[in-house]
Amino acid sequence: MSSWTAKLREAGVRALPPEKLLPDSQPAYMTSAIYLFGALTIGALVTIIASGSILALKGPTWWHVQSIGHFFNSIHLWSVELFFFFMVVHLWGKFWMAAWRGGRARVWMTGAVTFLVAVPCAFTGYISQQNFDSQWIATQGKDGMNSLGVGAFFNVLNFGQMYSYHILLLPIAVVALVSLHILLVRNHGIVPPLPFSDSVPGAESKP
Amino acid sequence: MRRRRLTNGELNEAAKHYDGPYRSYDIVKEVSVATGVVMLIAVILTILFSSPDLPPSTISSWSRTMPIDFVTTAVSELDGTSETATYGPPYNHQSGSVQQIWFINLQKWLGVSHPINAPYDFVIQPLRMIPGDPALQREVSAYKRAPAKAQNAWTTAYTNALAKAKASAGALRVPPGNYGPVAPMMSALLALAQSGGLDGDLLTSSQFYQTDFTKPLMFIEDGNALNDRATYQHLQGEQWGMMNETGSYPGQVWLWLYTFWYQVSPISTSSNVDALVMAIMGVLSACFILIPFLPGIRSIPRRIPVYKLIWRDWYAAAGAAVEPPPSSPGSAPT
Repeated sequence: MSSWTAKLREAGVRALPPEKLLPDSQPAYMTSAIYLFGALTIGALVTIIASGSILALKGPTWWHVQSIGHFFNSIHLWSVELFFFFMVVHLWGKFWMAAWRGGRARVWMTGAVTFLVAVPCAFTGYISQQNFDSQWIATQGKDGMNSLGVGAFFNVLNFGQMYSYHILLLPIAVVALVSLHILLVRNHGIVPPLPFSDSVPGAESKP
Repeated sequence: MRRRRLTNGELNEAAKHYDGPYRSYDIVKEVSVATGVVMLIAVILTILFSSPDLPPSTISSWSRTMPIDFVTTAVSELDGTSETATYGPPYNHQSGSVQQIWFINLQKWLGVSHPINAPYDFVIQPLRMIPGDPALQREVSAYKRAPAKAQNAWTTAYTNALAKAKASAGALRVPPGNYGPVAPMMSALLALAQSGGLDGDLLTSSQFYQTDFTKPLMFIEDGNALNDRATYQHLQGEQWGMMNETGSYPGQVWLWLYTFWYQVSPISTSSNVDALVMAIMGVLSACFILIPFLPGIRSIPRRIPVYKLIWRDWYAAAGAAVEPPPSSPGSAPT
């Protein structure tokens, strides 16, 4: 077969058949409340994008002069706080599950990179507020950036550049990483429990 | 019977497949409900707490409320002693704020990408743009023509006099002295700043539309306007400032580890503090991503068995004595 389209489709269906992509059953051990925090993180991300899109539609000055704009800015702020809270709890939960077992290292790594990319995504948002807080964060943050030469091409004192990063480039990166992370989870399935005991009958061996 | 500890390879192999029972689950419903719950929480928090929005500092407000500080800063820009004037890359070729780790000096290597000539950009050029004041233009020309020694004598004398200056309703009274053209230049710059003209002048370039606030922010930062407000709002570095927000709002609390290193000596007292903190965080971030491959770290969940709490229902249902059959170690310890 020579069709790239057909090859791509078949590879996709092979990796993620519909029943794997959108499962209606899960292993019986998935009962802990800790499993909810992944979905809550996605919910917070949806809320961030929805409130951020409204703010973007009206422009960066709107929320300073209209009470309805301030309302949506507040939703944006609190959904960001919730996003990081849920994501950190989710990450800790997966750490204690050693959820990278069984060939799931890429699942862990995409989750960790998502956290690390979300940090500058939020940072550029704080710089784009156009108020005293953004002035202070930008002037303080520039020294860290400049110290490694990053300031040469990522100027935190340039509102236009930071706004572009905040509302387009970094959100695309976060959504892409979250999407990849979810597809990898669906592909591998959720990690089975560790054995209750850390040892088995047999000769002593070094850990 | 003697027991042996399971290897990472065995645990890895055992986690590749699951052949046990399943239960009904609705992934779309879970994400939908979770999104609804988060939106509801965000709306409730918005209604209860809103969000902070302290107005920005402007050069105009700074020069009107702190005229002595403004003029002192402007003189330091003129004589090239301000933080901006001595900063180094990416703003100029000085070395006052250049940092490096060992022989690695990325700040210097990447060069001057946002050039700022502090005396010219912050003082001379704005004064040159004031129309209809030939006397002022003669003073500016006189300053530019004067030898460096004379310029330095004037700015030093004026800076010393500013320590005894009085400010009233935005106006400045400086004790008499030999300040050459510096005194009229500073009076004109103060008036320009208080009118709001300097805020605009520092944004002006060859483009009509502007979004780059590098110059006005660098100028304001050289004074105490931002600094004093930041101290009042508990945003200073020693107050874990980068992770705080104005007022009592939560800020970027996820930056706690980044901010932590600024509190630790000798990092906090090093002249390369920012470069060291960024490098440490870079290494820690790489370790965070690579946890599945880090011996010792990846075994922590086995040694501190929080997992028994997470899967307690499963263990209770299956029986605590459940043990996986020892299989041959897997190829990759992931």
